[in-house]
Amino acid sequence: MSARIIPVVKRKQIIELSDSGKRTDGRSLTDYRNIEIIIGDIDKAEGSATVILGGTRVTAGVKFEIGDPFPDTPNEGVMQVSAEFVPFASPEFEPGKPDETAVELARVVDRGLRESKMLDTSKLCIEPGKRVWICHVDLYILDHCGNLIDTAALAGLCALLSAKMPEAKVKGDTVELTGKKLPMPFSGIVPINVTLAKIGDKLFADPSFEEEEVLDCRLSVAFMQKGDDEKSLMLCAMQKGEAGYMTIEEVTRAVELAKLKSQELRSLVSSKVNING
Amino acid sequence: MATEKLISDDGIRNDGRKIDELREIKFDIGVLKNTDGSAYVEWGRTKILVGVMGPRESHPKHLALADKARIDAFYRMASFSVEEWKSPAPSRRETELSKVIREALSPAVFTEYFPRTSIDIFIEVLQADGSTRCAAISAASLALVDAGIPMRDLVASIAVGKVDGQLVLDVQDKEDKEGESDMPMAYMPSKNAVTLLQMDGQITQEEFARSIDMLKKGCLEVYRLQRDAIEAHFKVSESSNEEA
Repeated sequence: MSARIIPVVKRKQIIELSDSGKRTDGRSLTDYRNIEIIIGDIDKAEGSATVILGGTRVTAGVKFEIGDPFPDTPNEGVMQVSAEFVPFASPEFEPGKPDETAVELARVVDRGLRESKMLDTSKLCIEPGKRVWICHVDLYILDHCGNLIDTAALAGLCALLSAKMPEAKVKGDTVELTGKKLPMPFSGIVPINVTLAKIGDKLFADPSFEEEEVLDCRLSVAFMQKGDDEKSLMLCAMQKGEAGYMTIEEVTRAVELAKLKSQELRSLVSSKVNING
Repeated sequence: MATEKLISDDGIRNDGRKIDELREIKFDIGVLKNTDGSAYVEWGRTKILVGVMGPRESHPKHLALADKARIDAFYRMASFSVEEWKSPAPSRRETELSKVIREALSPAVFTEYFPRTSIDIFIEVLQADGSTRCAAISAASLALVDAGIPMRDLVASIAVGKVDGQLVLDVQDKEDKEGESDMPMAYMPSKNAVTLLQMDGQITQEEFARSIDMLKKGCLEVYRLQRDAIEAHFKVSESSNEEA
């Protein structure tokens, strides 16, 4: 409980600094921390990436498995995102089943990737109605210094974009793996998630751990774009989180800011990995 | 999958509603005997019961907060509430919805009046036909009122979807499943406070701006129905104070 006293003091300091457009770590309100992207660091995975945003570190791996299609989409493969909060990433994380924070994070990242339709899941079908590829995108939170959602979304996106899928051939009743790797069925669309924190009456891009401790709420917005066509920028997912609120005007401002930041992050991603697969 | 149109050429949806028309919404307050507050809502075919327990001793104790009440929400769908039998064990979706519903209601409650206690909001979706989180939040606000818990405002909630390329208010199940997007919002009108906002599906920036407008209007309409329900429930048997 005493842990709650310090944030109250910190919050005052963060709000006072923000009145002159500054933050405790020297950034401006709209700056992201330094971003490092490492592609393909796990070579046993079909695709992988590690993203280090400030001190936050997430490794994402893509693995394929043969499984059953969902009854309502018999001719489509499945993409499934999950998140593991590794206990050494934060003293607040405990071993065990993913808690609500981990579930929310996985589902927010999942929505951004899925709703953008960057991946054509109908091409992940092996035998219609019987066997499909299940594409697991697993996000491992390894170090938590704030803004897990954007870090994990970038890691998941880069891992997916770097992935190759195994080739499977149907032989009678069985499926044979040829050992060949095929390019992934991408559409060229890249969704980018941007999270803004509201503290007092200001919006903060890429909140740090200490900013997250004192925020009112956050809004994550995913913008998708096909190729270089800026007019094709569309929203594909949103999530407000934490117990405070934003006014309608703040929501509109946050979406506008998220759009700008998504462009920066998108060009960073495309400098690291071929966004057309 | 059928390619049947969800909106007719003269702008009528497959359940007979206009683009910006709400389903029939009926709130009932104080329907349960063993809770501190409760509410029931029928929102089209969506049927939800909400029970509030608390403020009461926090359980487990170590989770109690020194300066305010702890709010918890439990969103659960009955196994028979949907087309195919659903396992009663909470799914990832229910876990996430419980979290965002709690966060949508928390800003409305004067939690600082009840330090070290907890307020538990139990939501049982008996039948699901789209927009269950919106119906649950709107009904839960009324259950909190029924429990006598001081609040800054009611939280009203509604969703806008994109169906056949058009924006529609108050998304029902078929529109949610076959439509192109779903965007629920919860709103406290007197504070101009957006307490829940989610979206999935693809919308342009212009559609986003229009959705926000429709959501605000829709929430105000739900808000009016909530207030009517409160008035109907708490109407004292007529006495001197009647206005002429």
